[in-house]
Amino acid sequence: MAKHETPLLDQLETGPWPSFVTDIKREAESRATNEKGVDYQIPQDACEDLLGVLELSFKHGRTHWKHGGIVGVFGYGGGVIGRYCDQPEMFPGVAHFHTMRVSQPAGKFYTTKYLESICDLWERRGSGITNMHGSTGDIIFLGTTTPQLEEVFYELTHNLNQDLGGSGSNLRTPSDCIGAARCEYACYDTQAICHDLTVEYQDELHRPAFPYKFKFKFDGCPNCCVASIARSDLSFIGLWRDEIRIDEEAVKAYVGGELKPNAGAHAGRDWGAFDIQKEVIGLCPTQCMRYEGDKLEINNKECTHCMHCINVMPRALRIGNDRGCAILAGAKAPILDGAQMGTLIVPFIKAEPPYTDIKEKVIEPIWDWWMEEGKNRERLGELMKRQGMQKLLEMTGLDPDPRMIQEPRTNPYIFWKEDEVEGGFKRDINEFRKYHKR
Amino acid sequence: MEYDEAKEKIKVELTKKLKTKSKFYFNDLAKILGMKPREAKKLINQMVLDGVLEYWSSGSTSMYGMPGTGKQSSAEHED
Repeated sequence: MAKHETPLLDQLETGPWPSFVTDIKREAESRATNEKGVDYQIPQDACEDLLGVLELSFKHGRTHWKHGGIVGVFGYGGGVIGRYCDQPEMFPGVAHFHTMRVSQPAGKFYTTKYLESICDLWERRGSGITNMHGSTGDIIFLGTTTPQLEEVFYELTHNLNQDLGGSGSNLRTPSDCIGAARCEYACYDTQAICHDLTVEYQDELHRPAFPYKFKFKFDGCPNCCVASIARSDLSFIGLWRDEIRIDEEAVKAYVGGELKPNAGAHAGRDWGAFDIQKEVIGLCPTQCMRYEGDKLEINNKECTHCMHCINVMPRALRIGNDRGCAILAGAKAPILDGAQMGTLIVPFIKAEPPYTDIKEKVIEPIWDWWMEEGKNRERLGELMKRQGMQKLLEMTGLDPDPRMIQEPRTNPYIFWKEDEVEGGFKRDINEFRKYHKR
Repeated sequence: MEYDEAKEKIKVELTKKLKTKSKFYFNDLAKILGMKPREAKKLINQMVLDGVLEYWSSGSTSMYGMPGTGKQSSAEHED
């Protein structure tokens, strides 16, 4: 028998989708029966009370959670988010229900032993409820009490070789795609750079001194599987600058139907015979391809690396050999001024250890500028909008490049400074008047 | 600026403002110290380790305050 009546939550379970309510009920039941004999360190009925407070919130139409807190682990300003219930007498199991963010391994590779270990830890010292994964990529532990925070942190760091992630006005846990480990499209080793920068910027990750959150995300290719272009303040997208490698025999095999387009991903229904003109050539955004006389040609100078042709014919077309990444800055979700996509600031850079140029010429000058000029709670993208692209280039010392501009004379409008113009702005007025009457 | 001088400055300025607010952004503290953020960070972190300041986080934003000040500590059953 459930501790609290939850008719409104029960109704949520009737939909066609997997239900978080069902998940929480299952965990509540598991904790109540405790067949594994777990030595619970927070109230055994925490999940029951969680359902209870959620039901009450639906009933009242407002939340019963309070916002934020001073809780954390010693020396860290991030990784723990204080959550308190404002009805502690009614729901003592969730009076404290703090969230902990656990830094995910690069590429989110786990062993089952590791997953079992963190789940066992969280079942014993927390609610047992996790969110795999949060938007930043962290493993999210949902709900524990204040005394358990240091205990969980000790066990994570000492027994599982695992750190907390970022929260608050910190560098957030850097996140990357699965990269070269499993994907032939990866133009650089996303896991290597993600791990390297995570280690390099530990201070920024754990001790908040930024105006607001800051996110790095690493995509191995323009398919953007971690959506870095939309979700990170600094987005690294893999690119090549030479030519797409073409295997003409494989192209013919796609045209002849021996190879399935998109690696068979659209095999669920009959789409008819593969039509290279319609499905590849005609969809190229820059129209830089042609297929004539059984030969595929690409004008690589016009290619914008949209990945469509490679995605459709992966056996026939491969990324180039001269690989690196582009860096974009300023993407964010909509709080002020709506959502923003990243703006290109580095068209191409080699991404090879020890990443000195990326750190010293891009990341750190941007941080210096944003830390000094950024208003409280202002994201990098908002500062770029407020002070302008020109200012960003000035502060980073990056050279302006036509590829940074979406359309001529719309974004950004660059004003020359006197010292940038040969002869400055001074003129001989008499010479001028010879040709221009007053 | 020496650490002890910085600590005193922060304590005095934050105490003065206590009537109106108890939580401060990092940039407010850097301004009090008259230092660039990166330099101020080292001193401010040391103050957190020494218990002169404590972190407060909403989850998305972090702030700093003196331990025991503001409503938080009593309201959240932590004192």
